[in-house]
Amino acid sequence: MDLIELRDIRKIYRLGEVDLPVLNGISMHVARGELVALMGASGSGKSTLMHVMGCLDHPSAGEYWLEGREISGLSETERARVRKQTIGFVFQNFNLLARTSAIENVMMPLSYAVEHFGEAQMRQRAGELLKRVGLADRMHHLPSQLSGGQQQRVAIARALVNNPQILLADEPTGNLDSRTSEEILRMFQDLNRREGLTIILVTHDPEVARSARRVIHIKDGLIEDETAAEPEGETA
Amino acid sequence: MTVLRTLRLALRALRRNMMRASLTTLGIVIGVAAVIAMMEIGGGSSAAIQRTIASMGANNLLIRPGTASSGGVSFGAGSRKTLTPEDAEAIKQSCPAVASVAPVERVRTQVVYGNRNWVPMYIYGTTQEYLQTRDWTQLAEGEPFTDRDVRNASKVCLVGQTIVRELFGGRSPLGEELRIQNVAFRVIGVLERKGANMVGMDQDDVVLAPWTTIKYRVAGNSVENLNQSAASETATTSVNTLSQLYPGRESLYPEPSATQQADTPLPVRFTSVDEIIASARSAAEVPQAIREIVTLLHERHRIHEGEPDDFTIRDMTEMTKAMSSTTDLMTRLLLAVAMISLLVGGVGIMNIMLVSVTERTREIGLRMAVGAEPGDILRQFLAEAIVLCLIGGAMGILVGRGTSLLVRLALGWPTAISIGAIVAAVLVSATVGILFGYYPAWKASRLDPIEALRYE
Repeated sequence: MDLIELRDIRKIYRLGEVDLPVLNGISMHVARGELVALMGASGSGKSTLMHVMGCLDHPSAGEYWLEGREISGLSETERARVRKQTIGFVFQNFNLLARTSAIENVMMPLSYAVEHFGEAQMRQRAGELLKRVGLADRMHHLPSQLSGGQQQRVAIARALVNNPQILLADEPTGNLDSRTSEEILRMFQDLNRREGLTIILVTHDPEVARSARRVIHIKDGLIEDETAAEPEGETA
Repeated sequence: MTVLRTLRLALRALRRNMMRASLTTLGIVIGVAAVIAMMEIGGGSSAAIQRTIASMGANNLLIRPGTASSGGVSFGAGSRKTLTPEDAEAIKQSCPAVASVAPVERVRTQVVYGNRNWVPMYIYGTTQEYLQTRDWTQLAEGEPFTDRDVRNASKVCLVGQTIVRELFGGRSPLGEELRIQNVAFRVIGVLERKGANMVGMDQDDVVLAPWTTIKYRVAGNSVENLNQSAASETATTSVNTLSQLYPGRESLYPEPSATQQADTPLPVRFTSVDEIIASARSAAEVPQAIREIVTLLHERHRIHEGEPDDFTIRDMTEMTKAMSSTTDLMTRLLLAVAMISLLVGGVGIMNIMLVSVTERTREIGLRMAVGAEPGDILRQFLAEAIVLCLIGGAMGILVGRGTSLLVRLALGWPTAISIGAIVAAVLVSATVGILFGYYPAWKASRLDPIEALRYE
């Protein structure tokens, strides 16, 4: 069974009288443990596709099977539940809470997802994840005291704190220089390879897409073509 | 999410914006503080006003004998002798709504001291309790007379300020002797100035003495007063017989022998007094006191259902009305001020919460992306508003108490702690938080996560 299966997903935005089709029938599969890149120019619909896959938005038509369950018709609240149990997000601009320490940023999703955790348990779990992304010594720093790469690693720790099935990264290296970008991408590859985490990278940068095993090109709301990435032994 | 966790989140969010949070609370702090301070100062002043009005005699009840009538001619209130000192005693014993009672025996005659003379407006024979009843217990000098003086018909008296001025030329009259109807009274106390009463009568133009002394030594005995139409004449012209100022003075009429007395019993049932003055425990208990006194006097005077009363009771309706309308007005005024200030505080909260929701749109989007349900967001923002209001309420109580304390210390105004105001302030500030925090919180929970995340 595939982790994600999209069947003829369409999304039409209604702007007043005019209908604006963004996704025009996308069908695709993502298997557990894959590292997939969604590539496309801006306006191609890749972000909308990511929102649909991330349960932030519902498709106008089509079926979305996630872990064997059709979820295209869920309500706002039910989608929120799917998000907190199954999906982790990494954003281009990190989206950390200002004036809030790294560890509290990482703890934040736990307060919505895990009812039975006490404050100490939440702190411990967040600490473990910060250690995993190599920020054990920066736990109590504020976002403004961290570099871009460090902020993105805090964001990754936050995305992982709920043990998600899927990590959705929207232009995760868009605001980073090339050296830190590489670090972050290597971290994604490590997570994918060592822990079998399913990762979907959304990007317009072919360099970034190259780190994925499979690249899906999107244009005008349709899958243009799909390339199995060339083997890249250098990261192994 | 648990309540505890929601509260912790709210506190954390407020701490991140300490400045804004404290400025927001300021509205509530000022509102609640104003309410508390107003209630306490107002409560104090209104108690003081009530005391003042009460000292004017608002709680007083005047019990006077009923009218005598003869052949269709009525002699007016007080023209019969039906009240006794024992009635006063009984009222004191068995009417719980009555605080104090004093019998009053009145005469109007000349008072002489040295080469001066004066006719006081009031010469009252009464008991010590008269002073409590009239709220006049503060003496300028000396001591009041005692129950023992009343029993012994001691020739002692208290004088008012006007008497001091007119008879003693302003010097201290303590220990001096003045003469009423040729009876020498030793002045043992001077009353505080009370001023004119509501109809302009000088209340300081008064001499108070034990009623027994006035009745038996000054006004003559009850037998002499029996003839009602001649009563006032006797009171002013007859020379006292008990003190025997002029020994050898014969009675105009021969003394009746025991047999004669037995044959023609005088229709005297008792020792009478001119009136009884009582004071109710509070203005509110005046009607209750009247009911109790009426019932008691019916019983004591054996007046059956349907028979006319042999007494009348007068209360100070005019004054009590003024009093209750004053306090009513005060309470309503304070309530209006309270409502306005809290409303303003509430609008302030709503304003800032709306700004806060707009400003934190991205944060809300992020929280939703990581799995916060709309209900979680709603509760979180509502909790923030309520916490703000409660903190504001608590601080407002402290500031309000402080202000009223300051006013009492600095200006000497009376204040009264109002527990009701404190409870109301807490309840109202929580309600304000919920009412004015709900809309912003609801707005936050309705945000679309995608748009919220993109919001710049």
